[in-house]
Amino acid sequence: MKNGKTIVIGVIGSDCHAVGNKIIDHVLTQQGFNVINVGVISPQEDFINAAVETDADAIIISSLYGHGELDCQGFKAKCDEAGLQDVKLYVGGNIVVGKQEWNSVEARFKDMGFDRVYKPGTPIEVTAEDMKKDLGMIK
Amino acid sequence: MNAYLLIDFGSTYTKLTAVDVATEEILATAKDITTVEDDIMIGFKKAYQKLKLWIEEEKKIKFDDINFIKKIACSSAAGGLKMYAIGLVPELTADAAKKAALGAGARVMKTYSYELNKSEIEEIKNSNADILLLAGGTDGGNKKCIIHNAKLIADIKIEIPVLLAGNKSANDEIIEIFENANIDYIVTENVMPKLNKINEKPTREAIRKIFMTKIVEAKGMKNAEDFISGILMPTPAAVLKAAEVLALGSDDEDGLGNLMVVDIGGATTDIHSLAEGDPSNAGVIPRGLEEPFAKRTVEGDLGMRYSALSLLEAAGTKKIRRYLHDDHKEIDVKAHCNHRHENIMMVPQTPEEIFFDEAMAGAGTEIAMIRHCGWLESVFTPMGVMYYQHGKDLLDVKYVIGTGGVLVHSKNPRNILEAGEFNKEQPVHLLPRAPNYLIDSTYILSAMGLLAGENPDMAVRIMKKYLEKVN
Repeated sequence: MKNGKTIVIGVIGSDCHAVGNKIIDHVLTQQGFNVINVGVISPQEDFINAAVETDADAIIISSLYGHGELDCQGFKAKCDEAGLQDVKLYVGGNIVVGKQEWNSVEARFKDMGFDRVYKPGTPIEVTAEDMKKDLGMIK
Repeated sequence: MNAYLLIDFGSTYTKLTAVDVATEEILATAKDITTVEDDIMIGFKKAYQKLKLWIEEEKKIKFDDINFIKKIACSSAAGGLKMYAIGLVPELTADAAKKAALGAGARVMKTYSYELNKSEIEEIKNSNADILLLAGGTDGGNKKCIIHNAKLIADIKIEIPVLLAGNKSANDEIIEIFENANIDYIVTENVMPKLNKINEKPTREAIRKIFMTKIVEAKGMKNAEDFISGILMPTPAAVLKAAEVLALGSDDEDGLGNLMVVDIGGATTDIHSLAEGDPSNAGVIPRGLEEPFAKRTVEGDLGMRYSALSLLEAAGTKKIRRYLHDDHKEIDVKAHCNHRHENIMMVPQTPEEIFFDEAMAGAGTEIAMIRHCGWLESVFTPMGVMYYQHGKDLLDVKYVIGTGGVLVHSKNPRNILEAGEFNKEQPVHLLPRAPNYLIDSTYILSAMGLLAGENPDMAVRIMKKYLEKVN
C-alpha cells in the first residue's frame, strides 16, 4: 500500500557504499513510501533536483565513509534556495571521522539544518517511524 | 511498373527520389530550388520534370508506365520546425523535453526551466515558434510549476499548438485552464515519468502528428497535398528514422548494429546516434538523466557557409590550421571563413577551396562529435578513482555514416569523419574507437526514413546496397 509520501534517498559525496542504500530503499518501499533513489556517489545537486521534480516530502542522506560532514555542508542552504524549505532532512551512517562524542556530532549536523541525525548502526525502521511522525502520518 | 516517390522539401533544394518496387533500385533522383515563398509546387514540378526526363532518356522507361503507389514527403522548408521547450529542473525535465523535441526533428530555439516570469512568457509570445512543449514534474511529483506555467500560457492566449508532456497528475487542472482559454493543445505521456527515466517516444510521435496536421498548413505547404499523399515529418526526423531502422533492422532484415550519422550542412551540423550508450568500462557510473536510444543533436554554430564564422569562433584558428597542415601560418583562415559566410551558395572549385572546406568540415566534425558523445568525470573515492559518465558511451559504435555536401562530394571523406574518432590524447571523450565509415553518396537517408514507414524491410535493404563503404 502506498502511503502517499515521497522520499529521496542516496549516498552523498565520493562514497560508493551501495548495500545499505539498497536496504533503505527496500524497507521504505515496503512501508509504502514512494522512494526516489539517486544512488551512490551522489552530489548534493542530485538530491535537490530529484526532490524538486518529484515534489518530495523528505530527503534521507546516507554517508558511510567518514566524510559526511564535509559533503553535507551547505545542503540546507541549497534546499532553501531551490524552494524546498518544507522538506524534512535526515542524515545517518558513519557521518564523521573516527569515534566522536555523539551529542556534539548531532548538534553540528542539526546546526547544518538537518531535522534528525542518526548514530551509526541505527536501523532504518527507526527513521521510518520518525518520518511518519514528522510528516504527520501518526501522532 | 510500381514505384515510390519520396520527396524532401529541403531548406534550399526540393529533392525527389523514385524507388522501383520490384527491383528495389533507386530509379532516379532529381532536385530543384525549394519555392516555399510563392508556391512550394513550382520547385517541385521543376524537379519532377527533371525526374521524368532522366527516367525517359537514361533509363529508357516511359514515364506514363510508372505507377507511383505512394508519394510521401518530409520537409525542412520555411525555417524547419521551430520549438520552445519548458521544463522544471534544467538537467531533468527541461533537458528531457529538449532531447525529445530534437529527436522529433525540431530546431529547439530555447529551453526554459522553473516557473516562467513575465519577460520569458513575453519572449515566447513574440517568438516565431511553431510548437510549444510544456513539461515539468515526474508523474505524481511537482505540479505547482507546470500549472503556473500553463496559466501564463493561457493568459497570453498563445495561438500556436501546445504539447503537454508533464506530470500526469497535473493534466486535469491544466486541461481545464487550456479549455477555458481556447488554447490549441494536445496531451501526451510525461517526457520524464520517473526520476532520470526519459520517455521521449510519445512526445516525438505527438510532435510528428502536430507537424503533419497543423504545421504543414501553417507554413503554406498544404497545397502540396493535392498531388502527394502527405508531408509526414520534418526532414531530420526522417533521417533519424532511417538511421534507427538501419541500426535495429526490420522484421526480415538484420540491422547494422550501433551506428552514428554525421550530417554537415551549410548552417548546422547534425549528429545522430543509435545506441544505448551504457558504460563499456568497469568503475564507471552513469549520472543524471538517461539518454534516448535514438539521439539527435544539432550544432547551430557549426556549418560550412552561413555558420562559417561561428565555426571559426568555436574551433579557433589553431584547430583549423591543424586540419590545413598550415604550420607556417600562410593561409588567411579568417578571410576564407568570411568569404563562405558572405557567399552561402559558393561551390568550391579550386583544389585550395576544396581543401579549406574539408579542413573546416574536419574541425566541425570533431567539435560536433565531442558535444554529442558522452564524457567521463573522475571522482576520487577511498576505494580509488571512479568515473561518472555524462551522456552516451559511443566507443563501440560500429558504423559512422556521413552525409551532407562536403562529405558526399569529398574524394577523401574518411579524413573528415576520422576527426570525430576517439583520441588517446583526450580519453575522457567517449567517441567511436574504430568504426567503419559509410557515405550517403546518393542522398537517400531522408527518403529511406520515409520509406521505412511504408516498407521497413525494403528500406533496410536499399540502404545496405546504396550506402557506400569508404576505405
